Amino acid sequence: MKITREEVEHVANLARLNLNRQELVKMTEQLDNLLSYVAKLDELDTKDIKPTTHAFSISNAFRDDTVQDSLTQKEALANCPKQNGECFIVPRII
Amino acid sequence: MKLETVIGLEIHAQLKTRSKIFCGCSTAFGAAPNTHTCPICLGMPGVLPVLNRKVVEFAIKLGLATGSTIKPFSQFARKNYFYPDLPKGYQTSQFDLPIIEHGFIEIEADGIEKKIGITRIHMEEDAGKLIHDEHEPVSFVDLNRTGTPLLEIVSEPDMRSSEEAVAYLKKIHLLLRYLDICDGNMQEGSFRCDANISMRPLGQEQLGIRTELKNMNSFRNVQAALEFEIRRQRDLLLDGEKVIQETLLWNPDKNRTESMRGKEDAHDYRYFPCPDLIPVVIDEAWIAEVRKLLPELPDERQKRFVTDFGLPEYDARILTGTRELADYFERALQVCNAPKKLSNWIMTEFLREIKGDVGPWIACCKVVPESLGALIDLLEKGKISGKIAKTVFLVMMETGKAPLDIIKEQNLDQVSDHDELSALVKEIVAAHPSQAEEFKGGKTKLMGFFVGQLMQKTKGKANPQVANELFTKELAG
Amino acid sequence: MYPYELTIGQALEKLNSKELSSRELTLSCLDRIADIDGHIKAFISVNRDYALAMADKADAAKGDERGVLCGIPVSIKDLLCTKGIATTCGSKILENFIPPYSATVVDRLEQEGAVILGKTSMDEFAMGSTSETCAFKVPENPWRRGYVAGGSSGGSAASVAACECLASLGSDTGGSIRQPASLCGVVGMKPTYGRVSRYGLVAYASSLDQVGPFSRDVRDCALMMNVIAGYDTKDSTSVQRAKPDYTQSLITGMKGVKIGIPKEYFGAGLDPEVEAVVRKGAALLQEAGAEIVDVSLPHTDYCVAVYYLIAPAEASSNLARYDGVLYGYRDMTAESLIDMYKESRSAGFGAEVKRRILLGTYALSSGYYDAYYKKASQVRTIITNDFKKAFELCDVLISPVAPSPAWKFGEKGDDPLEMYLSDIFSISANLAGIPGISVPGGFSREGLPIGIQLQGPHFKEEVLFRVAYNIEKSAGVSDKRPVL
Repeated sequence: MKITREEVEHVANLARLNLNRQELVKMTEQLDNLLSYVAKLDELDTKDIKPTTHAFSISNAFRDDTVQDSLTQKEALANCPKQNGECFIVPRII
Repeated sequence: MKLETVIGLEIHAQLKTRSKIFCGCSTAFGAAPNTHTCPICLGMPGVLPVLNRKVVEFAIKLGLATGSTIKPFSQFARKNYFYPDLPKGYQTSQFDLPIIEHGFIEIEADGIEKKIGITRIHMEEDAGKLIHDEHEPVSFVDLNRTGTPLLEIVSEPDMRSSEEAVAYLKKIHLLLRYLDICDGNMQEGSFRCDANISMRPLGQEQLGIRTELKNMNSFRNVQAALEFEIRRQRDLLLDGEKVIQETLLWNPDKNRTESMRGKEDAHDYRYFPCPDLIPVVIDEAWIAEVRKLLPELPDERQKRFVTDFGLPEYDARILTGTRELADYFERALQVCNAPKKLSNWIMTEFLREIKGDVGPWIACCKVVPESLGALIDLLEKGKISGKIAKTVFLVMMETGKAPLDIIKEQNLDQVSDHDELSALVKEIVAAHPSQAEEFKGGKTKLMGFFVGQLMQKTKGKANPQVANELFTKELAG
Repeated sequence: MYPYELTIGQALEKLNSKELSSRELTLSCLDRIADIDGHIKAFISVNRDYALAMADKADAAKGDERGVLCGIPVSIKDLLCTKGIATTCGSKILENFIPPYSATVVDRLEQEGAVILGKTSMDEFAMGSTSETCAFKVPENPWRRGYVAGGSSGGSAASVAACECLASLGSDTGGSIRQPASLCGVVGMKPTYGRVSRYGLVAYASSLDQVGPFSRDVRDCALMMNVIAGYDTKDSTSVQRAKPDYTQSLITGMKGVKIGIPKEYFGAGLDPEVEAVVRKGAALLQEAGAEIVDVSLPHTDYCVAVYYLIAPAEASSNLARYDGVLYGYRDMTAESLIDMYKESRSAGFGAEVKRRILLGTYALSSGYYDAYYKKASQVRTIITNDFKKAFELCDVLISPVAPSPAWKFGEKGDDPLEMYLSDIFSISANLAGIPGISVPGGFSREGLPIGIQLQGPHFKEEVLFRVAYNIEKSAGVSDKRPVL
C-alpha cells in the first residue's frame, strides 16, 4: 500500500478539500495506483544528478524600484464574493 | 541544578523600497485599504512576480555590514499555507538557498562585549492585514501590505539573557537605520521580532525544548516577555516538569505569555523552489559596487568619534547611538569645532527636549545643526555666557531662528571687553567700600557678590571670567 | 470558399486589397459559430459586440497602422486572461471571474489587429487530454460526431478545424496543444519554454506551461508565432533572445537536414495506422533530401511518472489561490473560515483537478518530498540530457503525437493512469523545455486525422517550421476540411 485512507484525509485537509466517504475510498484507490506506478523512478540511480528547477540557467530577472499605478479600490474588490467597498470580508477564524 | 538560558531571535525588517518586492505597487504606509494593490500582489489568476533589484541591493548591504557570506547563487521558494491575508495561498520566501549566511554582530550587555552569530538573512514578501470585527463573526482583509519586501534575520541561539537579546535587537535596529534600509518602527510593524527560548543545565551541549514568543512590539516588551518566559521555564524545570514546545503570545496588558496551542494547525509548508522566479546570481563586481554605497557603520563611527574628536567612549556611544544624531553632531561640529562642548550640550540641553524616538524627532527639529554649532561657537569664544546660551537655545527650539539673530533681537551679547567692563568694575567697588574691605580681609566668597552686581548692571551680559579677573585686580590694588 | 474557410495568409491578401472587410470576415465566423457550435461546443463564450467593434477598428486602420494580423478573427483558450471578458479556465470556481488585465499574448494579438471572437472550451485548469472535464461545454471532434477533440485545448483545436475562426491560442503543459491539433487535423505548436510570455496564462504547472498557436496551415502558425513570441519583462521566465521572422523558414527542400527517429516511440501500444502515417512522413522528407537517422531517447518510459509528480506538485501550489476569498466561487453558507475554504474548493473543483491537487500535495509533503518531487526533478534532468544527446545526431525528431487517433467520449473514463499514459509522446518536450509542433500527416481508415510530431532543440522553431512546411507540402492533407 503506497497511501492509506488516513493519509489521503490528511492531505485533503492540507489542501483544504472535503472528500465524502465514497470519494475518499475511490481517491485512495486511484492515488495508490498512481503512486505505485511512479515508484518506477526508483529504478534509476540519481545520486549525483542535480534536480531541474528551471528549463535553462538564466538568472537575474529584475525590475527597477519605481512605483506603478495600482488598481483602484473598486477594481481590486470587483470580483470578491463578499466585500464592503473597502475590504474583502471573510468568516472569522475560530 | 544551574540552568542556562538560550535565546535566538528572528527579526522581520520591512524594507524601505518605494515599490513592492514583486510588483510596482507603492509601499507607502497609511493608505486607504486595498488602494495599493494590483493583480500581481492580489494573486489573481495568471499573474507572475518580477523581483525588485533594490531588495537584493539592500540584502547585500546588510550582509556586508554583518560580515556575512553573500551567496553567489540564491533561489526563492514557496511556503504553502492557507490564510486570508495570503492571496496566493503561499508566501514567496527563501528556504534552502538564502541570499546571506554566516554573519555576526558585536554587542555589549552587562558591561561585557560579545559576538552574536547570524545564521542567515533571506528575502521574502509580507502578508496583508486582517482586522477582526468586534461584534460580527467576520474579519476584514486589507492587502496593501501584501508584497512589501522583508528581510528575515535569524540569529544563532547565542544569547544567554534578556539583556543580551535586547542589546542584539537594538544593535540590529541601529544597523538597519544606519544603512537606511528599514524604518525600524516596531509600533507600525516595520521591525518585528520573535524569540525562541529554551533552558538547559549549565554545561550541557544539547538544547532544551524551546518555545516561540510572538507579539512583542517594543524593546521593553521584548525584555519583559523574555524575562517572564525565563522565569516560567525555570520554575517548570526546577519543579521536575517538562517545557512543552509551543508558540506563546506576549500579552502586554496582563504582562504574561499565553499559549496559542489549539489555535494553530501543525503546518507542513511543503517548501519547493518557486518556478516563476529564476535564481539570483551575485558576482564580486556587484558586491564591490554595493560596498561603495555603504555608510560608515556604528562601531566604526563610534571609534572615530573617540580618536578624531577626543570624546570619551560614553559620549561617543550616545552620539552614534542614532544615525540622525551622529549626522547632526558632525554637521554642527563643522561650525563650532568644539567637540566636547558640543557633545555636552547635546547630551544635556538638546536631548532633554526630545519627545519620542530620537531619529524622527531630529528630522522635525526646528534647530538645524548649523545653528546649534553657531551657538556653541559663541559660547566657546566667550561671546555669551552659559546662562544666556540656555536662554537663546530655548528660543531657537521654539522659533528655529539662528542664535545671532536672537541675540541681536534681544540684546543678549556677552560683554568681554576689558575696557568696557573696567569702568563699571571700578564704579561697583567704589560703591561698596565695606564689602571691598571684607573681601580684602579674606572673605573671598564676596567675589560672587561683586560679579553679581556687575551682572545686574550689564543685564547679565558680562563675561564672568573677565569680571572675575577685573575684580580681582581692582580689589587687590 | 466561404470567408471563414480562408487561411490567415489568404485572408490578409483579401483584407489588404479590400476585397473583403474584417467585418464581413468576422460576421462570417460568427454566423458559422451560431450554425455549428451547438454541437461542436468549442466556445464557452462568444463576444459578438466586442469582436465586431475590433473588426471595425481593423477596417478603419490604414497603412502603417495595419498590424500583421489586421482584421483576422481568432479564438482564445479560456485559460488566457482577457480584460473585461469572463475567463473561466473551464472551471466552476472561476465561472464569473472577470480579469482587469489581459495576458501579454492577447495584448500582442490585439496590437496587431487580430479580432477576438471568444473563449474556447478546455479541460478544467488544463488538466486532461480530452477536454471532457470542462465544467461548461465539452468540445467535439469536428471530423466525427461523438469523438473527443483532445485536450486540454480541445475547444481551440476544434474551433480552427471547424473553421469557426482562422486561428487560436492554446496552452501546452504535457501536450495540450499538440495532441488536440493531431486529433483535429490542424497545426499546433508548443514553443520552447520561455519563448512566449506566460503572463496572464493561468498557471497549471509553471515550469512546463507554454502558450502556442493553432492554425490550418504551417504558414499561419509562423505568422502567429511572429506576433506572440518574444521577451516580456512581466515574465521572469521569458528569455531575452531575438526572435526571427518565422515565415522565412518556410523553404521547400530538406537538403542538409537530419531527421531522427526515436526508437522508443515506436513500440507496443502505438496504433499501426499512426505509425504508418509517421513513417510515411519520414519517407517523404527523405525524398525531399533529408537524411534519416535512428536515435534513442532511453528514458522515455519514465517521463509519464516524472510529469505526473512535477505537474501536480506545482499545480497544487498554483491552485491554492482559489479559496473564495478575493475572487471566484465562495460557499456563502460556510460559518467558519476553514469550512469556507473546504466547501468552496470542493464544490468549485472537478474530480480530476482534486486528484492532481491531492497527488501534488502529497508529493511535496513532509517526509515525501525527496522520494517524489525531488526524485522526479532529478529524472527530469536525465530526460533533458537524453534530448541533448539525440540532437547531437540529428536536427529534428519525428514521432507520433498521440498513440491513436481520436476516440469516443467516455472511452478512457475510469482509470486515470490509462489516460495519463496516452500522453507519453508529448510529455517529454515540456519536461526538457524543447519546442514541438504537430502537423497534419494523414487520416485513419475511419477518417480521423493523424498528426506528425516534430521536436527540436531549444529555440530552433525555425527548423521545425521548415520541416513541418515540407511535410505539409508533400502529405497533401492540409486542404481537407471536416464536413459539418
